Amino acid sequence: MTLLSFARGPGMQVASLIFIAGMFWRLFGIFLLRRRVAHAAARHPFPIRLLGGAVTIFTRTIPRRTFWPRVGAGVALSYVFHVGLFIILFGGAPHILIIHEIFGLSWPGLPRGVIVIASGITLAALILLLVRRLTHPVLRLLSKPDDYISWAIVFLPVATGILLSGETIASYGTLLALHILSIEALMIWLPFGKLMHVSLVFAGRFVLGYNFSRKGAAT
Amino acid sequence: MTAADENLGEMLARRGFGRRGLLKFAIAMTSSLALPPGMAVAMADNLAAAKRQSVIWLSFQECTGCLETLLRTDSPTIAALIFDFISLDYQEALMAAAGGAAERTLRQAVAANRGKYLLAIDGSVPLADGGVYSLTGGKSNVSMLQEFAPDAAAILAIGTCAAYGGIPKAHPNPTGAVGVEDVITDKPIVNIPGCPPIPDVLSGVLVHFVSFGRLPALDDRKRPLAYFGTTIHDQCYRKPFYDQGKFAKSFDDEGARQGWCLFELGCKGPTTHNACASLKWNDNTSFPIESGHGCLGCSEPDFWDQEGGFYTSLAGGTGPGWRDAGIAAATGIVLGSAAAISARRNAPKGTTET
Repeated sequence: MTLLSFARGPGMQVASLIFIAGMFWRLFGIFLLRRRVAHAAARHPFPIRLLGGAVTIFTRTIPRRTFWPRVGAGVALSYVFHVGLFIILFGGAPHILIIHEIFGLSWPGLPRGVIVIASGITLAALILLLVRRLTHPVLRLLSKPDDYISWAIVFLPVATGILLSGETIASYGTLLALHILSIEALMIWLPFGKLMHVSLVFAGRFVLGYNFSRKGAAT
Repeated sequence: MTAADENLGEMLARRGFGRRGLLKFAIAMTSSLALPPGMAVAMADNLAAAKRQSVIWLSFQECTGCLETLLRTDSPTIAALIFDFISLDYQEALMAAAGGAAERTLRQAVAANRGKYLLAIDGSVPLADGGVYSLTGGKSNVSMLQEFAPDAAAILAIGTCAAYGGIPKAHPNPTGAVGVEDVITDKPIVNIPGCPPIPDVLSGVLVHFVSFGRLPALDDRKRPLAYFGTTIHDQCYRKPFYDQGKFAKSFDDEGARQGWCLFELGCKGPTTHNACASLKWNDNTSFPIESGHGCLGCSEPDFWDQEGGFYTSLAGGTGPGWRDAGIAAATGIVLGSAAAISARRNAPKGTTET
């Protein structure tokens, strides 16, 4: 069995099953947690609290102006690589093809050149963010292995993807195998590390906004 | 002068090809073999002076498709005449002799050309149960290979079956089929894979051997680098559509009619090393992708057992079925619920559920 056959067969199956089980484990583990009872009367009725939750999803997408000088660069770089990942994932023709195979949804892909440019910008942003993490004294102190593993797990698929598009250092088959294996590593790690924010970020903001609204705080 | 004494130049002259024709052929061959242009003259001179090269061709576990494609030449090109010129001393499907006479011919050819003949093999070598699944004259393929390989100058493994086991090796491989290189490890071997292989590649290898007395440069899978150095995808005329993200979604949609890339329809061109896109088939007429079908990857090892089959794109693979996915989800729900319940039991007093 070649590396590519393993990546496209057993590797993909095992990674998918771990990903599915891990996601349900994390989500149900969180949903079923006990929560503190709020004894104080709610400041706003239920519909307003829902609205507060919904509004917070958007208001938390950009830091408050006061914090811009301190966090602006990091936030901007994070947006760059997140948007880059979005373009790569939902604009790359092979990626759309996988989505089509699983869910039956399809849309026109972007030219390979656009994906390569997006990949290059994303890689640059990721490297700058790592440099920032390593050089910023507070950020470095706060960083745990999860942060570095999550960074590497995101970096590798983009890096192997850009190598694959140019068939630079190895054959297409080898690079494709490495690319698929790196994505499988991401699928296995995602439910168990900080990358889980992919599925929790908006729900987390909503709960925060809902609770703030209940207490009458600004959302 | 007997035919055996005749050199290639004399034979070609007798057939109406002069030195100019041989030079043109040598120029084309040096280009095809990725040799420096300056070697064309040396090649032409060496070819003109070349004596008949003995080739002993053994057919093992095969379908005869490889031999068929090598015989099907539409015009008497010099390449075709090279095939005529080689002394094909033993080939069961082509020779008139049969039975004991054929056996004697084989022994005589080996004895007369010991250490000098090229051993051409098509078909895989079955090893299971002592190799009983393919016998010639009561002898297993593996025993014949082990008997005749030591005295060969080199071995040509013709076709994917001889090179890597091919279709006979496909899962579950009941005959224990393997390629020649899995049995013989101490002889120069040239793999010319393909199902079938491109005739021009074999003629190129023969011309190189006859001209320079050695095999051409090979890649890590023992394939002639000049022909297998790049992928079908690299040379494909549809590659610009791949770069533009234009893909045919089905074999009869607008994209297919416009000649867009067949990647999404399972084309294995990006992972297949062969010269189909440049040399083409049927007297250089076309190749499968040009006819509207994706490359099957027939010159790659284990092409028959590719994950997802011929019509699954390289980007995809074989993911878990919905049943297995459901079991995984249920497992996750049970684990998550158990973790949450455990956390509830261990929660400090005074907390209640909202």
